[in-house]
Amino acid sequence: MTAAGASISCRGITKTFGSGDATVRALRGVDLEARYGEVMALVGPSGCGKTTLISILAGLLQRDKGDLSVLGDDPSLMSSHQRTQWRGRNVGFIFQQFNLIPQVSVVENVAVPLLLQGTRRREALERSAALLAEVGLRGREQSRPNKLSGGQQQRVAIARALVSNPRLLVCDEPTSALDGATGQRVMGLIRDIATHGERVVVLVTHDERIYHFADRIAHLDDGMVTHVSTPAEALAESAARMGDAAGRR
Amino acid sequence: MRAIAIKMLFGDSAKFYGILLGLAFATLLIAQQASIFVGLMSRTYALIEETPQADLWVTDPTMLFVDDTKPMQVTALQRVRSVGGVKWAVPMFKSLLVAKLPSGARQLCDVVGVDDASLIGAPAKMVQGDTSVLRRPDTIIIETRGARTRLAQPLNPADPAGPKRPIEVGEELELNEKRAVIGGIAETKPTFQAVPTIYTTYSRAIGFSPANRRTLSMILVKADSPEEIPALRARIERETGLAVYTPRDFAWKTIDFWMKQTGIPINFGIAIALGFLVGVAIAGQMFYNFTLDNLKYFGAMKAMGATTPALLGLVALQGAVAGALGLGLGLGVTSFVGLSIPEDKLAFKMTWHIPVIAAGAVIFIVVAASSFSMRKVAKLDPAEVFQG
Repeated sequence: MTAAGASISCRGITKTFGSGDATVRALRGVDLEARYGEVMALVGPSGCGKTTLISILAGLLQRDKGDLSVLGDDPSLMSSHQRTQWRGRNVGFIFQQFNLIPQVSVVENVAVPLLLQGTRRREALERSAALLAEVGLRGREQSRPNKLSGGQQQRVAIARALVSNPRLLVCDEPTSALDGATGQRVMGLIRDIATHGERVVVLVTHDERIYHFADRIAHLDDGMVTHVSTPAEALAESAARMGDAAGRR
Repeated sequence: MRAIAIKMLFGDSAKFYGILLGLAFATLLIAQQASIFVGLMSRTYALIEETPQADLWVTDPTMLFVDDTKPMQVTALQRVRSVGGVKWAVPMFKSLLVAKLPSGARQLCDVVGVDDASLIGAPAKMVQGDTSVLRRPDTIIIETRGARTRLAQPLNPADPAGPKRPIEVGEELELNEKRAVIGGIAETKPTFQAVPTIYTTYSRAIGFSPANRRTLSMILVKADSPEEIPALRARIERETGLAVYTPRDFAWKTIDFWMKQTGIPINFGIAIALGFLVGVAIAGQMFYNFTLDNLKYFGAMKAMGATTPALLGLVALQGAVAGALGLGLGLGVTSFVGLSIPEDKLAFKMTWHIPVIAAGAVIFIVVAASSFSMRKVAKLDPAEVFQG
């Protein structure tokens, strides 16, 4: 059952890769909920299952077991073709390395999700240009991505993720390729414009400096959500761990 | 998305030009070598094309191709004329003879003797004079290429190796120690042997050649009615025991000889195969690498809702655009080279089959390269976009 107001609900989600001796149990029973209008950060050590979890939430991977509801649907029960269409309608992606097509202009990059859904080119470019203005890139529509700074490229990626007005925005380490100040500005932008309306943002990060942009932080370890905290609690836990480590040294 | 797919192709200029030049070079090699091959082969039967009046060519049965003259007894002409359905039959002499030029130099020439009365077989396109000059004593007609090149005379007779001028009407040659006066100059198709062709009358040609009991190289036949040509052919064969060909069959018999008895087709075949391999190796490999380079963007598109058939369509479009441009460029350069070099220097004949064959080769290269690329895109797991 989905909790009232919850856009994402996971109960006992498991995911295993490989077989025999090579079996990797990436998720061992994840329980998690996120609400519309919320920014949920997934944090934890490398290999804890963060990427697997957002891939399942975004309909890129299928869970093995458990109950899953994302925006009212369970994408794992859909056919591959249905999941592709579902992603196109409902999910926006922000990647660690931006994944902007270098050979085409910024505005065309932003328009890609609309063009893939069959929107007319002129309308797609107009909507994309409007969104570029919203992320502060008015006048750079015809630039190539490689002519922009890292922060500007990530803004283009944000515009591309939002252009089809998705209800779920998944961000994979959105600040890892950016310097600290630029990362703060980019996250501020995501916080400002991505949480408008009926949308949920799921964010994978290792960067504690952006914890405060999240509403809640889910801590993963060894394929499970160990606990969910506020950003302040997460930072306090982190400081305590660092203090313990320093004391042991 | 089609515009974006094409911009992706054009935007990666290093790979795009590599693909384009690879395909263009492959097309150039295939089309140019094939055109030269066809040009050379068409020269082997130039005499047949220059003699369009004949419905049938009658030869000795052992003759292998048009230049392989096996002289027949002169009585063969009367036997052919006696066959029902023959409107007319005229003799033709053809042999290689050495001519002594005004400068004293000697030059091998192809001497064609045409019917004294009708002059059937004489060149159709005269540049200087007309064919009736052959009715004058000792007269011959030469062709322009020969006049300009092998028969050309030194400007300074004391310096035979110095600059030369074309031999002219009125100048004299010696053929078998007999006087031959140039009475006219004709424009004819280049021949495979690339020696000057000399036209004269049948009886004079026999006089120019060493004494031989058999002097009749070929007999040209006109049928009473075009509809009766196949039947007439069979009748002449049956009643005379000679070989009879339509111009088309005679040309193909000649081509067949050169194809089967010489290394020419193998040499050209190797060049054409190399062109194809160059296309596969360079353009195919580059196109595949181009797709590999763009795989992460295809993966991102797949994550964002692009179906696999839609992505395969984009790859196919990129392949088709590269193929069409490479083919067009290759055929354009081939045509330019072929048309800009004079016919007597380059045997070049691009029949409609050649662009079709080149297009087939390019389509094969592009489809093969695209197939590998498409396989990669089809197997692409969209979840890989999060793998960094």
